[in-house]
Amino acid sequence: MVERRPVMTLVAHLVLIIGVLLVSFPLYVTLVASTQTSEQIVQQAPMSLLPGSNLIDTYRAALFGGQTASGSRISPVAPMLKVSFICAMVIALGKISISMLSAFAFVYFRFPGRTLCFWMVFITLMLPVEVRIGPTYQVVAGLGLLNTYAGLTVPLIASATATFLFRQFFLTVPDELTEASRIDGAGPIRFFIDVLLPLSATSIAALFVIQFIYGWNQYLWPLLFTTDESKYPIVMGIRRMLGGGDAGNEWNVVMATAILAMLPPALVVLLMQKWFVKGLVDAEK
Amino acid sequence: MASLSIRDVVKDYRAGLRVNRVIHGVSAEVADGEFIVIVGPSGCGKSTLLRMVAGLEEITGGQIAIGQRVVNDIEPAERDIAMVFQNYALYPHMSVFDNMAYGLKIARVPRDEIAVRVRRAASILEIEAFLDRKPGQLSGGQRQRVAMGRAIVREPQVFLFDEPLSNLDARLRAQTRIEIRKLHAELGVTSLFVTHDQVEAMTLAQRVIVMNAGLIEQIGTPEEIYRAPESTFVAGFIGAPPMNLMTVRGDGSSLSRAGCEWSLSGSVPRAGDLIMGVRPEHARLDDRGWPMQVELVELLGAERLIHGRLADAPFIVRTDARLAAPSAGQIVGLDIAPESLHWFDPTSQKRIPA
Amino acid sequence: MAIEKRVRFGNRWLPWLLVAPQMVVVTIFFFWPAGSALYQSVLLEDAFGGSSQFVGLDNFNRLFSDGSYLASFRTTAVFSLLVASCGICIALLLAVMANRVIRGATLYTTLLVWPYAVAPAIAGVLWLFMFAPSVGIVSHALRSLGIEWNHLLNGNQAMALIIMAAVWKQISYNFLFFLAGLQSIPKSLIEAAAIDGARPWHRFWTIVFPLLSPTTFFLLVINIVYAFFDTFAIVDAATQGGPGKDTAILVYKAYYDGFKAMDLGGSAAQSVILMAIVIALTVVQFRYVERRVQY
Repeated sequence: MVERRPVMTLVAHLVLIIGVLLVSFPLYVTLVASTQTSEQIVQQAPMSLLPGSNLIDTYRAALFGGQTASGSRISPVAPMLKVSFICAMVIALGKISISMLSAFAFVYFRFPGRTLCFWMVFITLMLPVEVRIGPTYQVVAGLGLLNTYAGLTVPLIASATATFLFRQFFLTVPDELTEASRIDGAGPIRFFIDVLLPLSATSIAALFVIQFIYGWNQYLWPLLFTTDESKYPIVMGIRRMLGGGDAGNEWNVVMATAILAMLPPALVVLLMQKWFVKGLVDAEK
Repeated sequence: MASLSIRDVVKDYRAGLRVNRVIHGVSAEVADGEFIVIVGPSGCGKSTLLRMVAGLEEITGGQIAIGQRVVNDIEPAERDIAMVFQNYALYPHMSVFDNMAYGLKIARVPRDEIAVRVRRAASILEIEAFLDRKPGQLSGGQRQRVAMGRAIVREPQVFLFDEPLSNLDARLRAQTRIEIRKLHAELGVTSLFVTHDQVEAMTLAQRVIVMNAGLIEQIGTPEEIYRAPESTFVAGFIGAPPMNLMTVRGDGSSLSRAGCEWSLSGSVPRAGDLIMGVRPEHARLDDRGWPMQVELVELLGAERLIHGRLADAPFIVRTDARLAAPSAGQIVGLDIAPESLHWFDPTSQKRIPA
Repeated sequence: MAIEKRVRFGNRWLPWLLVAPQMVVVTIFFFWPAGSALYQSVLLEDAFGGSSQFVGLDNFNRLFSDGSYLASFRTTAVFSLLVASCGICIALLLAVMANRVIRGATLYTTLLVWPYAVAPAIAGVLWLFMFAPSVGIVSHALRSLGIEWNHLLNGNQAMALIIMAAVWKQISYNFLFFLAGLQSIPKSLIEAAAIDGARPWHRFWTIVFPLLSPTTFFLLVINIVYAFFDTFAIVDAATQGGPGKDTAILVYKAYYDGFKAMDLGGSAAQSVILMAIVIALTVVQFRYVERRVQY
């Protein structure tokens, strides 16, 4: 903005504030709902927009299970949090490690079949798991991995975003650094550990945020894949809670579960916002 | 320390089906402890040659030997060399100390010895104060010294320098040049230094290799290549302002060009078309000399450069600034001693011996 | 930036070792299923794994003459275009505003970016709650304004619901990219235009927006792919494709047919068609983006 117009700045702030309010409204509603009892929500419809006093009870019921007023069982969410966490970590760390290694191979080596492997990996960028769900299920079932953490996570490591991000980054590392380390006597593995890895720290951090969220938020795959309740991640588990129709749902518990499900990824984003923004924007360049 | 021997070295690059030859068979012998500068314009192949000595490029043909050992197939790390890069190539995430210690650590040198060697190199280069800092916190000149420190610490047989001064500003360049000379005087390691700057070549080298388009034009001491350039390329490349070169027709004691005729107090080496070379400082202003039309005069402080045309060929004369300056448009006379004239063959571009 | 590196290490077997983990995972969990989908799409299978016969392109023909499949196509097209355009317009507006304020830009960014972390499934649940016909806050507000809201019965309202949920989630992603794109436009260009006499509105349309077009195009493709696939969870959580089949987008239908209706061949054929669409979109994006030179 070249001209100095205080009115325009005011308008800009106004628009942004409205935007923030609109974006945050659902969150606010959820939070408030999770502090009330289910009767308050259903019977006092529309529910009050002020926080209720039932916070502790609601969250305790959500986390550890309990009984509704009508006597039906609320399944505890705490184990689901654990499952989600494990999945997210395995997916994030797994993807980062195998992608770093293959990006290193693609950039710094010339070997027969390199182009073929590169294109094979590249194609995986194009097809998200939703497109190949049926057959993937059959493959995993055939391998005997049903209802295991391995089956829950490994198929999701197959796409290539991380490989490309690392490849992009490695291409910007000056050749002379590699030559200097070669003269210093470092072989490729030493070079990778001593030089490349430390230099990639920001990319790794950014990717970690993105992949953690990706892994945590997985829905379709766990939906199809697990029948064992002890292996439900929370994002999928919440769906099962919605079976009772409008009034039949324990909305306060559902909302509390939603808050719990949103918390870890939101924390990761907020704490690592700097790297996350950099990683997202760089990834698509 | 060791001698360096380059014999009939050839380099080809493959681009698809085409083969591009960039070095056409060069040979040079560097004595033990000698400081040799390879100088030439961009693209002449000097960096490629250096990188072949380092082992960073494959040698397509010929042989390179360090000491008495042929190193064609030996990995850079095994050649016992050290290299200083144009862009310093310091590991940005390691401290200066770790940067210098890295190669020794890989070679499994014991820790106390590493510390001794690093500190010794640091004191020679006066960078002890920076040992704990990261390269990002240092200036260009300081980084260059760290890069040299990394090379010194390895105590190699040969030092390789790849245009290390190009990224420094003019003042730092002059300063670092002197430091490199002092370093060589103190350590006496065989050194191969590549640059495109002929001033660096003249001031640093014990001997100079002038390269052009993948071939060696001349090898000699700075004085030799200045006094007796073997080709018009060397004549025009070394010396600033460059040597004046023009084609003339000679016969006995007379020269002619573009309708002008001059007489020599000596005689031409042979009759016919020749290329005559005169260094700007070898022409004196004298009313009875060859007529030159002055176009423009530059004052450099202690000296003056007079740009003009001699028989329609551009010509520069260097004179003392204390003498009266001619003005543009004036005709001045040039007196040139016959022994300062250089003669080259117009077809081969090579020097004609007197 | 180089496409290839000048330096290479010479080992023979090491690169294979490094690439192996990814190749193994990719082959088993990508190529095998993808190939399987292709194969199954030309079979007519007995749902209980009894017999299967090769039927060529029968499954595909059946799909294209199936009214509900074509309807699903239309639903998906409407859905994705609306999600993409709303998401992009709102995000662009917010980004332009955020680019203008000096104080608080980081705060606004943080507050607008966090929905990225929300799972689509959760977004579906949240919006479902707000619009639940009996208990939802917003549905009550609408009723008091005279609008009867019941997305369980009204197909258009159901569509509106999932569109809102999808756009809400996607705004943060678009916002980030637009902000980065705006900040990469050299200020000197804007200043030169101002000196040339262009007013802010005019400047935006003739300078800023064209320079932003690679970002806009990129986001368009990403948003469409997002609308095609990542919104599955929103649909499943909020409307389950209903009422009837009014919100059954293509990916949802593929899932439903494969796992609920047990039409494996048809579902596989649908997957193949979806694959083709994504590949086409990705190719278009790469071609277009690669051809654009950075300013």
